[in-house]
Amino acid sequence: MTLPEDALEHLQQVLRTPEPPGDRYTLQEPVGQGGMGTVYRASDRALGRDVAIKVLRGDVADAEAAVRLEREARILARLEHPGIVPVHDVGVLADGRVFYVMKLVRGRRLQEFAQGASRSDVLRVVLRVCETVGFAHAHGVVHRDLKPSNIMVGAFGEVLVLDWGIARVVGIGRAAAADGAGNAPPPAALEAPPSAASAGDAATGPAPDPVTAPGTVLGTPGFMAPEQAQGQPGLVDARTDVYGLGAILRAVIAAEPGGQSAPRPLAAIWARALSPTPAARYPSAADLGADITRFLDAQPVTAYREPFHERAGRVFRKYQTAIILVLTYLAVRLLFLAMRGF
Amino acid sequence: MPQHSGRTGDRAFPTTRRSVVEATRDENADVRRAAFEALVSAYWRSVYSHLRTKWRAQPADAEDLAQEFFARAMARGFFDAYDPERARFRTFLRTCLDRFATNARRNERRLKRGGGAVALPLDFAGAERDLTASGAGAAPEMESDAWFDREWVRSLFAEAVEALRAECAGTPREIRFQVFERHDLARAETARPSYRALGEELGLPVTQVTNHLAWARRELRRLVLEQLRALSGSDAEFRAEAEDLFGVRIP
Repeated sequence: MTLPEDALEHLQQVLRTPEPPGDRYTLQEPVGQGGMGTVYRASDRALGRDVAIKVLRGDVADAEAAVRLEREARILARLEHPGIVPVHDVGVLADGRVFYVMKLVRGRRLQEFAQGASRSDVLRVVLRVCETVGFAHAHGVVHRDLKPSNIMVGAFGEVLVLDWGIARVVGIGRAAAADGAGNAPPPAALEAPPSAASAGDAATGPAPDPVTAPGTVLGTPGFMAPEQAQGQPGLVDARTDVYGLGAILRAVIAAEPGGQSAPRPLAAIWARALSPTPAARYPSAADLGADITRFLDAQPVTAYREPFHERAGRVFRKYQTAIILVLTYLAVRLLFLAMRGF
Repeated sequence: MPQHSGRTGDRAFPTTRRSVVEATRDENADVRRAAFEALVSAYWRSVYSHLRTKWRAQPADAEDLAQEFFARAMARGFFDAYDPERARFRTFLRTCLDRFATNARRNERRLKRGGGAVALPLDFAGAERDLTASGAGAAPEMESDAWFDREWVRSLFAEAVEALRAECAGTPREIRFQVFERHDLARAETARPSYRALGEELGLPVTQVTNHLAWARRELRRLVLEQLRALSGSDAEFRAEAEDLFGVRIP
């Protein structure tokens, strides 16, 4: 027989699709690809539902990448939060590649969402991202690859932070010391998983990252903090993610239709988050989120000292209706008094 | 020179994991012949397309040269010199072919059709049709190596599909192959039915369609790898070829 070109291409593609062990999961088409793994839609026969399976890419399937993917699964499993995709299962393919099974999420990436949304809606999404990242920091985890394409906005408004493939467990002392009281994770969350890959995880103090040697640069240019870009994993902490959040904020606001210039307080927020020196940034994602909330509520933000006329203008805009009502009342009252005087 | 059916599916592929490349040097003549047939089956399309694209041979000349090449390769032990440490067998075979074609051109020896060698009843007309349809005949000479490899992959998959067909024929698994054939072997993407349409056509629930497809693909992958292993000159070559084909490393 002769295989037509279309059939041959199709066969090559379907045979390249990984095959999980057993017959519980059947992989369908790829739905996304990152630097380390490919995500496939899959059928879960046992529970009769669609799931997503992330499989290590064949061209990067070395021991280090396998460790990373396994770490990612374990980190995600520890971070139970509405903004983080839940992991259901982890395993190894017949060809030795690591995979994990997670909830199948559908939605738009942040940059696409931002194209048709109002500025306040976009800011609320960024705020939710700050909350999720702050939660991870409270559990000793730094994402290290925050960018618009790693944020998904679902059809029902859910906001998910994706691709924790190069996340680093740095310990609660470094990841979230400045997140304030009340964010301490339960002790169980800090237990080291039984993976050799996570042997360096610790509840306090700096922990060596067994898969990121000094000098290794992982991340995305434009969204990567200087200390990360310089390959200094020892300096990575919550403020590294604050930089990424600032870069996201700048990217989505700068991409607003019509190229409107951002208000100075908003630009000051991302400028502070993007400070080259970690100490000059917001100490935590929560603090950055708090400033975004203040901006949304037309309150003064900590990153920007307003001149008097700007403050007056902001107060006027915030209380516009009440001020107009009072002024109208006073005007009518004065008119009434004047008429009585005559 | 053994007669070859020219149909890639009706000859059982060596089931042993021993390399057929290695078997071409076996002391037993029957083993050598069987191994050689396997090589002809896997490579004749590549050889033909290479002669047409790189050497710009006319169809009739390419057909004659391909037959002569295989006949001489067996009679004179072309492949005895293969060293798995130095190159993939596929690369070595292509080098042998280029040397053979160079000599044929230099000697201005154009074999008359049917002269000299025992004719292999291979489907050259079909290969020519596919070559024309693919546009390979008009491709730049520098791309001919890629066409050689592409035809080799096509032969590998075609062999595996035929082996799968044979495995299912006359058994309850026949419906699985039917689903696979209707879906995965569709001549064009537009002709590929949806799972639902295929289920309705064959009277199967969609879940059964996907189950059958998953089984057939799993089997096909196994058969392709089995044949790849047999056609590789060494274990390292097999792993490298499998990685290229499937994008994964074989543990």
